[in-house]
Amino acid sequence: MIGAFVIAFREVIEAGLIIGIVLAATRGIAGRGRWIGLGVLGGLAGACLVALFAERISDAFEGAGQDILNAAVLGTAVLMLIWHNTWMSRHGRELANELKAAGEAVRRGESTAMALAFVVGAAILREGAELVLFLYGLVASGTSGPDLQIGALSGVGAGILLSAVSYFGLAAIPTRYVFSVTSALIIFLAAGLAAQAAQFLTNAGVVTVLDRPLWNTASILAEGSMVGRVLHALVGYTDRPTGLQVIVYLGTILVMVGLMQWSSADKKRRTLRTA
Amino acid sequence: MSPAPQKSATVARHLAFAVCVIMAAGVGFARADEMPVIKVEMKDGVIIPKIIEVPANTRFKLEISNTGTSPVEFESMELKREKALAAGSTSGIVFRTLDPGTYDVFDDFHPDAKAKLVAK
Repeated sequence: MIGAFVIAFREVIEAGLIIGIVLAATRGIAGRGRWIGLGVLGGLAGACLVALFAERISDAFEGAGQDILNAAVLGTAVLMLIWHNTWMSRHGRELANELKAAGEAVRRGESTAMALAFVVGAAILREGAELVLFLYGLVASGTSGPDLQIGALSGVGAGILLSAVSYFGLAAIPTRYVFSVTSALIIFLAAGLAAQAAQFLTNAGVVTVLDRPLWNTASILAEGSMVGRVLHALVGYTDRPTGLQVIVYLGTILVMVGLMQWSSADKKRRTLRTA
Repeated sequence: MSPAPQKSATVARHLAFAVCVIMAAGVGFARADEMPVIKVEMKDGVIIPKIIEVPANTRFKLEISNTGTSPVEFESMELKREKALAAGSTSGIVFRTLDPGTYDVFDDFHPDAKAKLVAK
């Protein structure tokens, strides 16, 4: 039972943390509940489809299908996160000051909620397919007792709890700072996802350079340990990063910070001009 | 009667054709070089064989079959690979090139199931 709990919980850590952060990052945006709900449902449906067609997806592109699919899903999620942070650096203050009566910001806020709904869906889709196989197997095999099933379901429950804890933890931050904190979290989240996507492209044989690990910190903190997995989900920790992963990670941070600076400076210029 | 939509439709058709040609060429190329297939069996917490011997520095395919009654997940942290398999299914992981050495692999759904992958 404990075994099933741990296995199920490990699979939902990443999605759980991402949902918590996304919920906190979209506070005050109209219609965000609906969009994120859609993201969760879409992710679950996608996870079932991927689990159902696992063999066919694997065999696509000469055995690289799964890697290419993962890279595409992650890459799109990273673009959505970049878009969100760029938007937030322009409108975050209005939202924090609850000046959302400024109709346009609210309407456009919905597009960033949409972008983050995709991120939530992508997180569930990617980790969820494995969980679906695991849970379905537990039920279908008929050899597992109810204690295993209870264990696995509690693991999923613990993942949902983790989501709630991270959301309410972030929600406790004073409104003035909350978007600065979530934006910072999202920068590292996006960099970590981008580095994962890079590894999938390496595995698929699409990228064939800089594929050697630069260092190995497995003896200090193994990526497979609980702490390692949480850090992997939050900041993209990996114990043996390749050169490509490090470059993509740092590059994503640079691009995001650059775009956010440009976006908020651009807004100030426009405000000055109209004043 | 504007010619613009027609033109973009033609461009789209050309693009689609080009993509098909490139993909067909890619598939043809990939099919052309036969790669060795190494079989691994996973059965309710047992990985067979315990020592998986694979060729180093060349392309090969690890064909993993789940012959048990419970789901398995072939995983290796060192190789940065994982594959979940439902009971009774078979799937492959293609390795492009692997340095000679010994790598730990395990079944993420059966934490006690461990094996070693030896590339030489």
